[in-house]
Amino acid sequence: MVQINGKNEDIAGKNLRDYLHAANYDTRIIVVEINEKIIEKEQYQNTIIKDGDIIEIITFMGGGTMI
Amino acid sequence: MENNDKLIIGNHEFNSRFILGSGKYSMKLIEAAIRDAGSEIITVAVRRANTKEHENIIDYIPKNVTLLPNTSGARDAKEAVRIAKLARELGCGNFIKIEIMKDSKYLLPDNYETIKATEILAAEGFIVMPYMYPDLNVARELVNVGAAAVMPLAAPIGSNKGLSTKDFIQILIDEIELPIIVDAGIGRPSQACEAMEMGAAAIMANTALATAGNLPIMASAFRQAIEAGRKAYLAGLGRVLIRGASASDPLTGFLHD
Repeated sequence: MVQINGKNEDIAGKNLRDYLHAANYDTRIIVVEINEKIIEKEQYQNTIIKDGDIIEIITFMGGGTMI
Repeated sequence: MENNDKLIIGNHEFNSRFILGSGKYSMKLIEAAIRDAGSEIITVAVRRANTKEHENIIDYIPKNVTLLPNTSGARDAKEAVRIAKLARELGCGNFIKIEIMKDSKYLLPDNYETIKATEILAAEGFIVMPYMYPDLNVARELVNVGAAAVMPLAAPIGSNKGLSTKDFIQILIDEIELPIIVDAGIGRPSQACEAMEMGAAAIMANTALATAGNLPIMASAFRQAIEAGRKAYLAGLGRVLIRGASASDPLTGFLHD
């Protein structure tokens, strides 16, 4: 099982780029972190998601102070 | 406003002294808010992405406006550093506003962790703008560890209460060489104007606009108030009499003389 943005998903073994595409993320405006390590965009294709990985997919949102 | 009166943060020059927050209102209002506020810096938060909404705030912010990501949600320096690095990876520059809060009731910044995060991120080349509780010793330490500005709170976040910490912000303005940017709690244009008259370098506001009846008009009102306060500061305020009065009319030639 893999944890993505706090939710468990059964996607171990998938390629990161394929997963992001299938899940409909706009890769232009996100940054991906696996086990607290940032994955460069060029590495999406070479990154295979492993069982137990904790993945965060992050973007900018509206915010001022503590929003 | 004189063209040579620039706000300088980390070798970047800005004409506007109004930093706009982008929280708690529709993305569709952001363009009008920036335009009417005249802002050249806007803050954004870093959060988990949503697969369903492809609309992104970045698309609503004009390219000539500097993005100032914040580290809101961070509870210690380590988390703030992590968020800052994610923000930089999103490709919008080196500016970062440090916000570290453990307390969810009053949302007060943790000054100690803020110093630690500022030191780490400044050493890694970030332009660090720490949000802090106005304490002179902490501000001096933030200068020592490489902050590019100091952002003291005026009142609790989102309270619109105004300059509750006025005397302590004045001490920072008087003693700290870096720009002092008053952040959080400013609720009215008159309060923004007062902070600028005191010598604040800039004002950051979000909730005051987001909770106003008409956001773009309030943005414009803040812009004018900030410009007026800046002009008054540069002009030098007139003196205050402790007691008595001083006529501004001639004291001779009265009709009854």
